[in-house]
Amino acid sequence: MSTAPTDTGAPPAAPLEVKPPRRISFNPRQSGIYVAFALIVVLFSFLTGGALLEPQNISNIIVQNSYVLILAIGMILIIIAGHIDLSAGSVVALTGAIAAVLMVNLHVPWPLALIITLIAGAAIGAWQGYWIAYFGIPAFIVTLAGMLAFRALTLSVLGNQGIGPFPDPIRTLSNGFTDGYLGNVALGPLGGADLVSLLVGIVAVAGIGVTQWRKRSARMGYLQEVDPLPLFLLKFGGAGVIVLCVVVQLARFKNLPWVLVLLTVLVLAYSLVMTRAVFGRHIYAVGGNLQAATLSGVKVKSVTFWIFVNMGVLAALAGVIFAGRLNQAGPTAGNAFELDAIAAAFIGGAAVQGGVGKVVGAITGGLIMAVINNGMSLIGAPSERVMLVKGLVLLAAVAFDVWTKRRTGGLKAG
Amino acid sequence: MTDTMLRMNTITKTFPGVKALQDVNLSVRRGEIHAICGENGAGKSTLMKVLSGVYPHGSYEGEISLDGEPCEFSAIRDSERRGIVIIHQELALCPQLSIAENIFLGNERASSGLVDWNRTNHEAAELLRRVGLRENPVTPVLDIGVGKQQLVEIAKALSKKVSLLILDEPTAALNDDDSAHLLELLRGLKEDGVTSVIISHKLNEIAEIADSITILRDGRSIETLDMKADHVTEDRIISGMVGRDLEHRFPPHDPHIGDEVLRIEDWTVHSPVQHDRIVVDKANLTLKRGEIVGLAGLMGAGRTELAMSVFGRSYGVGISGRIIKDGKEIEVKNVGDAIAHGIAYATEDRKRYGLNLIEDVQRNVSAAGLRKLARRGWVNEHEEHRVANEFRTSMNIKAPSVMSVTGKLSGGNQQKVVLSKWIFTDPDVLILDEPTRGIDVGAKYEIYSIINRLADEGKAVLVISSELPELLGLCDRIYALANGRITGEAARADATQEGLMRYMTREQE
Repeated sequence: MSTAPTDTGAPPAAPLEVKPPRRISFNPRQSGIYVAFALIVVLFSFLTGGALLEPQNISNIIVQNSYVLILAIGMILIIIAGHIDLSAGSVVALTGAIAAVLMVNLHVPWPLALIITLIAGAAIGAWQGYWIAYFGIPAFIVTLAGMLAFRALTLSVLGNQGIGPFPDPIRTLSNGFTDGYLGNVALGPLGGADLVSLLVGIVAVAGIGVTQWRKRSARMGYLQEVDPLPLFLLKFGGAGVIVLCVVVQLARFKNLPWVLVLLTVLVLAYSLVMTRAVFGRHIYAVGGNLQAATLSGVKVKSVTFWIFVNMGVLAALAGVIFAGRLNQAGPTAGNAFELDAIAAAFIGGAAVQGGVGKVVGAITGGLIMAVINNGMSLIGAPSERVMLVKGLVLLAAVAFDVWTKRRTGGLKAG
Repeated sequence: MTDTMLRMNTITKTFPGVKALQDVNLSVRRGEIHAICGENGAGKSTLMKVLSGVYPHGSYEGEISLDGEPCEFSAIRDSERRGIVIIHQELALCPQLSIAENIFLGNERASSGLVDWNRTNHEAAELLRRVGLRENPVTPVLDIGVGKQQLVEIAKALSKKVSLLILDEPTAALNDDDSAHLLELLRGLKEDGVTSVIISHKLNEIAEIADSITILRDGRSIETLDMKADHVTEDRIISGMVGRDLEHRFPPHDPHIGDEVLRIEDWTVHSPVQHDRIVVDKANLTLKRGEIVGLAGLMGAGRTELAMSVFGRSYGVGISGRIIKDGKEIEVKNVGDAIAHGIAYATEDRKRYGLNLIEDVQRNVSAAGLRKLARRGWVNEHEEHRVANEFRTSMNIKAPSVMSVTGKLSGGNQQKVVLSKWIFTDPDVLILDEPTRGIDVGAKYEIYSIINRLADEGKAVLVISSELPELLGLCDRIYALANGRITGEAARADATQEGLMRYMTREQE
């Protein structure tokens, strides 16, 4: 039996809504953030007379913001699922304190101590995830309680003082750089640069190129829309040049920061999970329409539980790195980090009602704030003005999101 | 008693693509209880919304006059000023507020901007006495049952000096005692001079209480009967409600019915809101391979509740009964179990429960069967894309590509995405809840063809529908459901609209 109504003399079908496929797709909601990032970088390079892009400064931006970026990865998962986590900063402090007690006071070998700390983070996440997913308390409340409780626990562990110093490997992870295994090469007027870092950069760019090209070919094989070749090359070329420039600058300074390596691995892994894994798909499904996800057999409670466990682990990692960077775990560590992470996620294109967002977007959102912070302090702006600008940027980003949604036509929230 | 209070003349109301009302006439005499009857979708609620100003003057054609004066309401406020109050099917009370606060909501008893609580509660108590509700006016509305909430709505109407009270399905959610009390109250109000218009599916109630009745069918007023003078019986009302012939709206189908695939025995479900209320009452039904089975029932009969409770206990509490699949009893504790056992349920409300509207077609198609596309937890996106494209072709989904956002598709195409999603899980049993609701005629035909094709593939399809002609045109066998009970079963050859309607309106004795 045919399903085509025209074969059987049925009433005419509804008019076709098919538009010819556009050749070049530009989605302002997705691409706008990268354009904004580029503009902000250009603006501050100009305002700082190039100081923003100095080798040491680029390195600083990455190292100083690594922990917030790690938190942003966990936060974007939670926000996509339609929840929020206000406790991340307190968890950073508590896990930093746990790591310090283990490594400094109890002399536990650092790899074991690190693992125990990450497990402690997972346990904290499981605690909050239980109340949210299985008991049905809104995440806002549970994590607000967590924010207070975990800060209180930190204070009772540490008293009023910091614990330090940390073992060298931890400090290297937070603050250190890869060794110049192969020595330096001369880059003409740019001076000497670390060969390993350069090679890593070239391999990374080549890797991006190969995977993007294979993705494009596969999509063409399945007759999907792709960017025309010149645009593809332009996009890839742009990304490649940016990556290489950053790497060259870093290579000229002190090689690659270890946290950058860690961050890259995390971003790649989580991006893969969010686009390709069943678990990632379920997170989007839960945030997009909770009821539809439930009725499609998604184990909503379990998904919710595990994203909070994940957040706990990432917060513990951030806690160790932050403590390692300061070389001591302090009672006020991580204060308001959760707000930076939340802002990063929303600036990076996450939707307030859930279901939308990307890991790379959250990282870009975090970097936008990092560049604003760094650039404004380079030009000597007082900190209250930095805060003001960050607040306005957050508001503008979400306003832009709401505006594009309204303009592109009446998508009502499920 | 014989002068005409309300007259609505040649009312026509058009929605984009649909004529909801066409030349409808209604005249209500002063001091009577006037019933409006018709199938779901006949236009009853639309007519009442025109009358109360929900659809403002100018958005419809025709004239309305009250007490001989023309009415041109542009909002509910205007009609309420003239003494017309409508009580909607879904009660419009704020559950956290007290009874008294609800009664005077928007109409507060206040002096110089401050609420006079003594006066509020005192007047509320008086109104409650009048409607026979023995509750303290300060009790929050969420602490009283649905039946009492209905009375609060009426008290609220009385507080507005109502002269014409419109009730849309007032007893649909009520148990027998509460219904009886409500009807008694309406009689009492009639003595006080309040005219009522009541929309109801419960024909026995109408026969009992109404003085006259207007029957709507397909957006037209068919007839107005005087209950006493015309000796109206329930059968008479039914034949007025259904009398239309089946056009060639259904693709021809030659069924090949095989063995039994699913049997449901003594299925009982309680309401998750009121744990003592039985929503589905010892229902028994069977489905065979290749068979299209209909489930008929009026609103509130428990059709969706039956289907969703079977589908992994997605609705209800205190569920008991047995599900037998291919001769073996199975445990279906959650949606995952149901899918694993080859049961699929496509919801009646695709926007709220069926689709992730912000996602594209392909991710919606794969949503329930994602595991089929995944190995060790990783999705094969290219395969997903291929599958979605296959469905786009075979189901004739009109979307620019499978990367299009589902929220922007038309209702018919969204429905095809929902069906694709469930067909992809490769079920043996598909439960389709109102599969053609809100879809234009052409797309309906396509959906019917898809249903036939699924049956030809050996699947059992259970179709829930409010439209009897649809069930009669499509199904091989039809069950009727009333008050949570299966009240009848008819093979296609024996089924008539009148017969089904009789089953569907059968009250428990």
